[in-house]
Amino acid sequence: MKAIFKREFKSYFTSPMGFIIIAIMTFFLSQIFANLFNVNYGNIAYAFVYMNTYAMLIAPIITMKLFSEEKRQKSDQLLFTSPVKIWKIVAGKFLAAFCLFMLGYSITIVFNIIFALVTDVNWLLYLSCVLGAALVGASIISIGVFISSTTESQIISAVFSMIVSLFLLMIDYFSNIFNNAVVTGVCNFVSFTSRFNSFASGIIDFSNIIFFLSVTALFLFLTTRSIERKRWA
Amino acid sequence: MVEVQNLYKRYGNHTAVKNVSFSIKEGEVVGFLGPNGAGKSTIMNILTGYLSLTSGNASIAGYNVLEYPEEAKSHIGYLPEQPPLYVDMTVREYLEFCFDLKKAQFQKAPHINEICRLVNIQNVENRLIKNLSKGYRQRVGIAQALIGNPDVLILDEPTVGLDPKQIIEIRNLIEKLGKHHTIILSSHILSEIQAVCKRIIIINNGEIVADDTAENLSDKMSSDHALTVRIQAPEETALKVLKNIKGVSDITSLGVIEPGSFDCIIEPFEGEDVRRAIFERLAERKWPILTMTSNKLTLEQIFLRLTEGVKVDSADGETEKENEHPKPKAKKEINMQNRKAAHKAVFGDTEENEETENKKSKTKQTKTEKREEEK
Repeated sequence: MKAIFKREFKSYFTSPMGFIIIAIMTFFLSQIFANLFNVNYGNIAYAFVYMNTYAMLIAPIITMKLFSEEKRQKSDQLLFTSPVKIWKIVAGKFLAAFCLFMLGYSITIVFNIIFALVTDVNWLLYLSCVLGAALVGASIISIGVFISSTTESQIISAVFSMIVSLFLLMIDYFSNIFNNAVVTGVCNFVSFTSRFNSFASGIIDFSNIIFFLSVTALFLFLTTRSIERKRWA
Repeated sequence: MVEVQNLYKRYGNHTAVKNVSFSIKEGEVVGFLGPNGAGKSTIMNILTGYLSLTSGNASIAGYNVLEYPEEAKSHIGYLPEQPPLYVDMTVREYLEFCFDLKKAQFQKAPHINEICRLVNIQNVENRLIKNLSKGYRQRVGIAQALIGNPDVLILDEPTVGLDPKQIIEIRNLIEKLGKHHTIILSSHILSEIQAVCKRIIIINNGEIVADDTAENLSDKMSSDHALTVRIQAPEETALKVLKNIKGVSDITSLGVIEPGSFDCIIEPFEGEDVRRAIFERLAERKWPILTMTSNKLTLEQIFLRLTEGVKVDSADGETEKENEHPKPKAKKEINMQNRKAAHKAVFGDTEENEETENKKSKTKQTKTEKREEEK
């Protein structure tokens, strides 16, 4: 698992991919930060709320190559014929993508320090935001990992993951459109944004934590099953 | 070391591997031979745990590949058809990654250095795999398989894409490795297998059609040493005379190849040696024998015969699935046209097979010796 994590994480930075991801995330965060700073909100949580939308669309780019590229280059034969359990391979890859994702958020520490210089900063709120972003990230990345394991093409993998992300982002609108108790209930349950927003407002709700962790675990499990299934096909 | 019993692999309706069983002892070097798409790679992928099996059993070093995949895999070094390389890494990084991945129980740096020296890639150690030529990539693939010094090496077409010099190097390497490892390698190139493997398993359409040493295969398949004889005599009468010899089951004339003589193939009954009888009978009539060759087949001919023979079988109806060694059947299937063609290739052309020539001259020698004795 460690070896795979190491290789995978390193490979983000031997190609332009890792730098591009971090650059894009830093760009969006900086823009949001600049706006916040101008209107003098002084609250980093808003940066996370806005960033969450972008992040959910960026995550598919991080995950698109994880398994699809291996399959295309047939290097998966090395992984799956070495004495390593499949879930460890999946976990290694997931962690690498997750770490890159969180690295993209790292600039917020700088912003928060800048805020701290001019105004009072609630560091606990910041931590709550980071926790929320991490949980959303983990969920969306695990979905991306799963989709990547089902196809040989990076593009298909990225497009499908983005569609899922868009769907998850739009689900809040669905609940407004359909005036139906069941639909609204389901939408509210699935909605990543509303759950994330509760973190951003400083409320750490265990049901939310468990929801995101379950989604992550579910899709990582599905990934191992999808790889296993191919062996049996 | 490697045990496979009644292995089946189905993809939907297509059966890629049918009832394959074999067992490989420690230290054996075994060659899988078969045309493209015969199922060699599938069997290898199953052994290495990349694919699962539909039914049957496979075990490596006593560990069932389904029940104890990790233990089984830790005994295997595998070079797939396409070396599983990460092109964005340097050779050294890649090998270090493989070392970590396989949790090899060695000192990392010396172990990798040793392997690099063995497959002769020290000079490219720090280059990106992306920029390596096919030959070097193949060698890096072999290096990867050697990491952790596994007991069983499974090499899928290890010399594909290499130049002749590299092929010889790899061959020597495999021979060297064969002293301490159990090796399974596949190829559709016969000379390759013949050069390195003592035992050959011929696979066609997912079935084992032969499993023996190269010599035995050649012996068994030579249809009881049919003889090709060139006789200076009137063809029709001579054929009649030959047919009357005790022990001769069939004679086929091949027509005139050398002016003034004719060639024919004499098939004796099983276990009969008719060479002396032929000589004596022809000597009575003062018909000289110009050549007499035992039709020991080259591996190539055996291969073609086996793979073609089986195809005919399965077209007839899949009645004899359990027929692991369809040799007697294949024997009957041997069609004379094939043989004629082979014969012409040997005798009619100038490019004569070295082996056959050797044998020819040997038989000639023995013949002349015998003749002298007779006198």
